[in-house]
Amino acid sequence: MKSVSELLAAKGTHESWLPLLETATREVFELMLGCQLAVPATAVETIPEVTAMVGLAGQLCGVLSVRCDGKAAALMTSKMLGVALDKVGPDVSDALGEVCNMVAGNFKNKIAGLAESCMLSPPTVITGSDYSLHSLADSPGIEVSLLFEGMPIVISLQIHS
Amino acid sequence: MPIRALIVDDSSVMRKIVERSLRQAGIDLAKVFEAGNGAEALVVLQENPVDLILCDINMPVMDGLEFIKQLPGVANAKDVPVVMITTEGSESHVVEALSHGARGYIRKPFTPEQVKEHVVPTLGGKS
Repeated sequence: MKSVSELLAAKGTHESWLPLLETATREVFELMLGCQLAVPATAVETIPEVTAMVGLAGQLCGVLSVRCDGKAAALMTSKMLGVALDKVGPDVSDALGEVCNMVAGNFKNKIAGLAESCMLSPPTVITGSDYSLHSLADSPGIEVSLLFEGMPIVISLQIHS
Repeated sequence: MPIRALIVDDSSVMRKIVERSLRQAGIDLAKVFEAGNGAEALVVLQENPVDLILCDINMPVMDGLEFIKQLPGVANAKDVPVVMITTEGSESHVVEALSHGARGYIRKPFTPEQVKEHVVPTLGGKS
């Protein structure tokens, strides 16, 4: 397990964060949704119809987001609740917010010292795709694209120094 | 013997997942009460005795740590085992929760097996 200071020292690219973010995401989907995420063979594009965000504050400041289309978000909800896809109702925002919250928590718990020194905000969820996100983050951040049941999901971490 | 459980989490989806995990862990549930934060949970407990409480930490209005600090003053909650289920993985949170009477601490994401491992021993033969 790497320490916060080691990882922050590598800022500029933050490439060392990528495998931690991917592992944190995979574990959430495996344990809570019972499914494996796949790595896309080629670059994927998705129109983010549902975006969940969790803020991080403390030794690491930033925003972690999970973006996907509406069909993927509904399927995540279905799997989390153990109900048929056509029975999924207004729980989609709550479910994606919890996925984002667990990915953020799992990610910070993988970095020595960060569990103690970094707090998470409650999740915020945006539905719809006609928006622009303007972050005050001053680093390029990192992004992981994975396939959930063949549908792309994008996990981003925007980092403030 | 079927037990009565109180699940405290600000996410209704997570409350349903916790309930399902309890059932998958083989715990026989007679009744499940839900609350969206610690303050709501205290109100639920005034009217409804329970055998088990599962509680998140980060919640609005009253968080899980404040909730368990207030439990000794609740008649229906004396000696009721509390297991925390949270994304907070810091040792200080674990120590604080246990020092205020929590009997277990489960980090999200979790499996039904972990729920069983942490919850069943707290029931002392019930369920």
